[in-house]
Amino acid sequence: MRPKGVGASVPRREDDRLLRGRGRFVGDIRMAGQVEIAFVRSPVAHGRLRGVRAPERFAGRVFTQADMTGVKGILARSGLKGFRVSEQPALATDKVRFAGEPVAMCVAETRAEAEDIAAEVALDIEALPANVDMLRAAAPDAPRVHDDWPDNLFLETFVDGDIERAAADAAIRVTRKLRTSRQCMAPLEGKGCVAVWDRHMEQLLLWTSTQMPHIVRSGLAECLGLEERRIRVAAPDVGGGFGWKGLLQPEEVCAAWLAMKLDRPVKWLEDRREHLVAAANCREHHYEITGYADAEGRLLALDAVAHVDAGAYSVYPFSACLEAAQVGSILPGPYDFPAFRCRTYSVCTNKPPIVPYRGVARTGVCFAMESIIDAIAREARLEPYEVRLRNLVRPEQMPFRNVTGKDFDMGDYPESVRRAVAMIGHDAVRERQKAGEPDGRRVGIGYATYCEQGAHGTSVYHGWGIPMVPGFEQCFARFTPDGGVEIRVGAQSHGQSFETTMAQVAHEILSIDPDRVSVSHGDTALSPYSTGTWGSRSAVMVGGAVATACEKLGARALRIGAHLLQAKPDEVRLEGGAVVGPGGSVSLDEVARTFYRRPQNLPADVDPDGLELTAGYRPVVDTGTFSYATHAAVVAVDGETGGVELLDYVVVEDGGVLLNPMVVDGQIYGGAVQGIGTALYEAMRYDANGQPLASTLADYTLPGAAETPPIRIAHMETPSPNTRFGQKGIGEGGAIAPPAAIVNAINDALAPLGVEIGALPATPHAILSAIAAAEAVR
Amino acid sequence: MKAAAFEIVRPRDLDAARAALGREGAKAAAGWQSLGPMLNLRLARPAVVVSIAHLPELRGVSETPEGVVYGACVTHAEIEDGAAPDPTRGALPAVAAGIAYRAVRNRGTIGGSLAHADPAADWPTALAAMGAHVRVLGADGVRRVAVEDFAHGAFAPALAPDELVVGVEAPRFSASARWGWWKFCRKLGEYAEAMCGVLVDPDRGVARAAFGATDGRPLVIADASEALRDPDALAAPFAAAGLDHDPVARRLHRAAFRRAAARAGLLEDVPT
Repeated sequence: MRPKGVGASVPRREDDRLLRGRGRFVGDIRMAGQVEIAFVRSPVAHGRLRGVRAPERFAGRVFTQADMTGVKGILARSGLKGFRVSEQPALATDKVRFAGEPVAMCVAETRAEAEDIAAEVALDIEALPANVDMLRAAAPDAPRVHDDWPDNLFLETFVDGDIERAAADAAIRVTRKLRTSRQCMAPLEGKGCVAVWDRHMEQLLLWTSTQMPHIVRSGLAECLGLEERRIRVAAPDVGGGFGWKGLLQPEEVCAAWLAMKLDRPVKWLEDRREHLVAAANCREHHYEITGYADAEGRLLALDAVAHVDAGAYSVYPFSACLEAAQVGSILPGPYDFPAFRCRTYSVCTNKPPIVPYRGVARTGVCFAMESIIDAIAREARLEPYEVRLRNLVRPEQMPFRNVTGKDFDMGDYPESVRRAVAMIGHDAVRERQKAGEPDGRRVGIGYATYCEQGAHGTSVYHGWGIPMVPGFEQCFARFTPDGGVEIRVGAQSHGQSFETTMAQVAHEILSIDPDRVSVSHGDTALSPYSTGTWGSRSAVMVGGAVATACEKLGARALRIGAHLLQAKPDEVRLEGGAVVGPGGSVSLDEVARTFYRRPQNLPADVDPDGLELTAGYRPVVDTGTFSYATHAAVVAVDGETGGVELLDYVVVEDGGVLLNPMVVDGQIYGGAVQGIGTALYEAMRYDANGQPLASTLADYTLPGAAETPPIRIAHMETPSPNTRFGQKGIGEGGAIAPPAAIVNAINDALAPLGVEIGALPATPHAILSAIAAAEAVR
Repeated sequence: MKAAAFEIVRPRDLDAARAALGREGAKAAAGWQSLGPMLNLRLARPAVVVSIAHLPELRGVSETPEGVVYGACVTHAEIEDGAAPDPTRGALPAVAAGIAYRAVRNRGTIGGSLAHADPAADWPTALAAMGAHVRVLGADGVRRVAVEDFAHGAFAPALAPDELVVGVEAPRFSASARWGWWKFCRKLGEYAEAMCGVLVDPDRGVARAAFGATDGRPLVIADASEALRDPDALAAPFAAAGLDHDPVARRLHRAAFRRAAARAGLLEDVPT
């Protein structure tokens, strides 16, 4: 390992510009002649669109789908059998299907003026009853979101395990109804784009705030009917994505079309209200789940029915069914048990489409599974950690194929529990509980353990029916004539620190100082193809691709260096930015200068492809890495206010070899805070008519610095056998376990009152209601 | 959302401010901390915004034997920091320090808060509990109103279109006064879900309590001595004010009272 290479906590080079407010985001792009757009959005959740009327004086400044001749709707077909296709028009045509759906766009020199126009556009909509309750959506009398469907289901899936025998023998049977709330992702930077027709290149240039420029290009080409070579999609700095920037949006299609129509740069910046009400929804699951265990708390079987409220349309490229398909395959979590049955419903409702959010289905799945584990522990009168230790896959079983056929690569899951128990001071917390709090609050402790498949490749995504299946990841690498290195990758860093970590990887392979490595990403004109940054894949896939490209580039440099040193090729190595041989060394600068400027000095058999190349990478086993963690939370619950204070929070995780431990810690902190939001604060509620009940951040409560406890992290670094450096994907993990750990802690605290929370978020109101209800029963 | 077009007027003096406020669709703005977001969300659509925070007549502070008169545009931060004199033995700065975030406190004003009349804001309830008064300038000069009478309801101050809040009179607490203030917010800086101020000042014959975060104006219990002996006595005023509409609300408001009183050293703070 080199000093600034893999495993070093090199400070982030992105921070200098980002922390000084000098980043360049979509909102910072101002082009000469630019106009801005504002959308007229549906005020109702469901209705027939009869007409759109704009005052005469705004002629030419208001556009509807009828103007967008030849522009196709967004189609995201799942390959799963039985999937029903929904087509999302860029602007609503005959029907509106959620409050906030774009119906018309208004253009003006400024956004404020565009909003003035939008305010005067009248929509003639015949309101229809809205379908808002996913549990009732299958009822025969439920309003039909898509008229030509027989019901409101995108997809049903079944995993038909034989649980009957196991169930019959079970000493313990626990059933719970559990719900995760609909959330908004709320990255610091919302969505936005600037579209312009480049006459020189005869190409549409779309600057957009995205995690996946190449995928956006493919989707946009389909909608606009352009060849992909006629579109360039580039992302500038992107201020967080979490999934919300991993899709093609109707607004992007609109802006791109309008730029070509008007032959002027067109800008759209999502504001926070649009973000909250019009799109960035995620997470809404419901589980009815039964766990069967023997008297010692050993799991025998799991039986579940899961509903996912997928909203009105299938989102490109992940489709409306990724969440439910995941539920069916990952609900068993990191546990070893023999029988599993699961039925899932991807329900179509009059709400914004659901978008995969950091952790995707795992946050809900972990909440469901870990709630059942704690319920079994209470029945068996065992410590919750003890039930986990009895059921987790053991290290000697690795590699392990679980009940749904997932191939766990390796690791010591029980050890993560044991370390968390020690770090959180479990016995001391139990003593404290017994003693009681001077202020009367109730203390509780909770755990959650999960494993997270990351960087899963072709075989897995093919199986989930996603229209976008990742294959090999490519990296372009080049020595510049003065010996610096340029790295280009097609994935997009939106907080993952590629510019730092991928330079570390290049340094690890080439020995060149990271400060002499430039990393650019996310521009279809400049980078190799990539499906982008999602699914905790970049450390493994992009890191592997950068390493592969640098190895091939290094081999070429070594060949030239050996010639210059008059040494044999197998006598030289890369060290300290130089080719080092038995009798001396030659710097990589000199090697590069020789290739580009003094080719007369090259060996006769030099590789004519030169000191630049594109190389591809995919792990031989492409079913993904399995990082895992145990989170432990200690809470104090105030029985008079329902307030929950996080007293302590511990994360013991195994991300394999960490490319940059500081960056990994940052990912865990950020994810955990989002998980705290899921657990305690965030809810995008809708009334019975499908009206969103939060349209500003005053109503949609996000956790802040004051609500975030110091999070203590311990790393177990078990290398993955399948990846280039032994690294595993960990980008999403922080957001997976907090709801389960925190609610388990709350339920531990409230157990003496006979109170159990089963719905997220566990707000003060929900806790007080539950306490009041329990008192009423007694 | 971007604000719709409006005209900003920056008057020379109070007379010019009142004249501008007499115009159709005029609205006064001092710290802009509530009005600003409402403009951007187009929830408020004034034709004219009269900016008054710079007027020296609204920035002054005068001290009398009875208390302190704060100009309406004294900021929360100035009260928090002790930049303005405090007749309440620490009560006012403590309330100020708990308002929203420092960035809001730097600009938000005491008079603006009362004129906005948000039931979940701190000043209407805290100042009502203290027995403070508002000074309102109108066509006939300055009138004086008890803070609890200054709101008709939520976001509805008792203020005519051409009237302007010019000052707030805070009473001087005696040495034996006991003050307790408690509020419950889901997160730091958010609007409160329940809040209560309790003031017992025997030398002045005062035993008051005020409840905020209601659906309307603050509930003031002018003689809280019975409730301080037995919090169950709150049941009747709570019912009358609609604070007991569900078991959760009832619990929270009761907790607010018990904890405010406990902070004043008037009740044992033992949560049920």
